[in-house]
Amino acid sequence: MKPAAFEYYAPVSVEEALDLLDQLGYDGKILAGGQSLIPAMNFRMAQPHALVDLNRVKELFYIKSAPDGSLLIGAMTRDVTVEFDKMVAERLPVVTETMPLVGYYQNRTRGTYGGNLAHADPTGQLPTISVALGARAHIRSKTGERWVEMDDFYLGPFTTILEPQEMLVEVAYPALPPRSAASFKEFTRQVGATPMVGVAVLVTLDDKNRFKNAKIAYLGVGEKPYAATECVKVLLGQEATAEAIRAAAETAAQKDVDPGTDIHGTADYRRNLVNVLTRKALTQAVQSAKK
Amino acid sequence: MSKKVDIKVTVNGKLYERSVEPRMLLSDFIRHELGLTGTHTGCEHGVCGTCTVWFDGEPVRSCLMFAVQADGHEVHTVESLGTPDNLHPLQQAFMEKHALQCGFCTPGMLMTFAHFIQRHPNPTDEEIREAMAGNLCRCTGYENIVEAVKLAAQRMAGK
Ligand SMILES: Cc1cc2nc3c(=O)[nH]c(=O)nc-3n(C[C@H](O)[C@H](O)[C@H](O)COP(=O)(O)OP(=O)(O)OC[C@H]3O[C@@H](n4cnc5c(N)ncnc54)[C@H](O)[C@@H]3O)c2cc1C
Ligand code: FES
Ligand code: FES
Repeated sequence: MKPAAFEYYAPVSVEEALDLLDQLGYDGKILAGGQSLIPAMNFRMAQPHALVDLNRVKELFYIKSAPDGSLLIGAMTRDVTVEFDKMVAERLPVVTETMPLVGYYQNRTRGTYGGNLAHADPTGQLPTISVALGARAHIRSKTGERWVEMDDFYLGPFTTILEPQEMLVEVAYPALPPRSAASFKEFTRQVGATPMVGVAVLVTLDDKNRFKNAKIAYLGVGEKPYAATECVKVLLGQEATAEAIRAAAETAAQKDVDPGTDIHGTADYRRNLVNVLTRKALTQAVQSAKK
Repeated sequence: MSKKVDIKVTVNGKLYERSVEPRMLLSDFIRHELGLTGTHTGCEHGVCGTCTVWFDGEPVRSCLMFAVQADGHEVHTVESLGTPDNLHPLQQAFMEKHALQCGFCTPGMLMTFAHFIQRHPNPTDEEIREAMAGNLCRCTGYENIVEAVKLAAQRMAGK
């Protein structure tokens, strides 16, 4: 249970870190909060040649509002900082409500928002929420930068589009239109443990309480955050009644997801969870959107 | 072996200067380099909580940090809470309420809850149980720990 030897770099600016990543290529690995990487190193499942530790890069720790109204979270912002931030609570209450589910307090004091997204755990709450909220990743390397929809950021379990010399520097959540609200629901056997199934929804209602827009994303039913399409079609244009919500949840469970069976639960059980959780999440989001 | 790095870390108010390999975990640094064996290690992957220390005042898993990362920072371990003659109210309450048996989880429980009481001076059972989710105890069944935390919080609030 001790990590293998590695070279250690502790840059103090993004520039310096990107230089290092560029030189190191496949030998380099970013160390953020270490709450996923260090366990893997302790088990020697990961044996990086060199670590580029971002903990001294002060410019990556921030939460701020952009001129276009979107909310920007710097990659190294600690999970607890996000959890207790007033602006996040006001603008993205779904994130505030979900943070306590991400591991334990003593992990969140170290764990970072960007590290969580970059780690791409297929059962991670924040990647799924970010997909539902239409967030965008700001990615930089020594030679350039790009913005990528979170929907396109994930390729598979623990795999993103990030190249070894690239860094996720920031994630941007667009301002929500009026009469919009999001909600996240998960099922887990134990607080702080890996959820079996989770769903993040974002709904926008028109002035007649009809679904004008909806985005529904799942964790635990595939290898990455999964944005459903069929259940959304069922909702759009419908009045936001319990019946419409029930129909959409049924559709999600029967048509959208194709979960597998493992030691934690059967495919049928997961379908049932999808149904129940989708109903609960939509019901809560609709209630908040009407306010 | 990779090159050693010189670090300066303040632990329990005392400055230590050491030369360490980057791969040395903060937990091993505290135990093996500094001889402060109050901090225990169990799972070494962030789950059991017995290695909990305060890093710049916040509780963290010392098994999920490298000692080099603590350079220039401040660490508090369970040894900073109280002395045998002058126990911290939480330690006193753990003793009175039989909140430990083998004592393996105790340092982590104490460091977790000493911080928790600062954040929740008047905690509910629910809040205590929620906060305890990050610390495993295989002996006590947890009930007496909840009682001890409540008692300590009451005494610390001067009730
Ligand atoms: C006991 C326990 C319970 C947990 N429970 C949950 C849970 O319920 N839900 C959950 O989502 N997570 C959970 N986690 C994981 C935790 O949230 C991690 O903090 C998170 O997954 C990774 O963030 P980190 O900052 O610690 O990143 P690290 O562990 O430092 O890095 C993780 C990976 O991302 C890469 N990376 C990090 N930052 C960047 C960046 N800016 N750009 C590019 N690549 C980067 C690293 O190279 C590494 O491959 C748990 C962890 C523990 C120990
Ligand atoms: S030894 Fe650190 S959490 Fe178990
Ligand atoms: S007292 Fe033995 S593990 Fe808690």
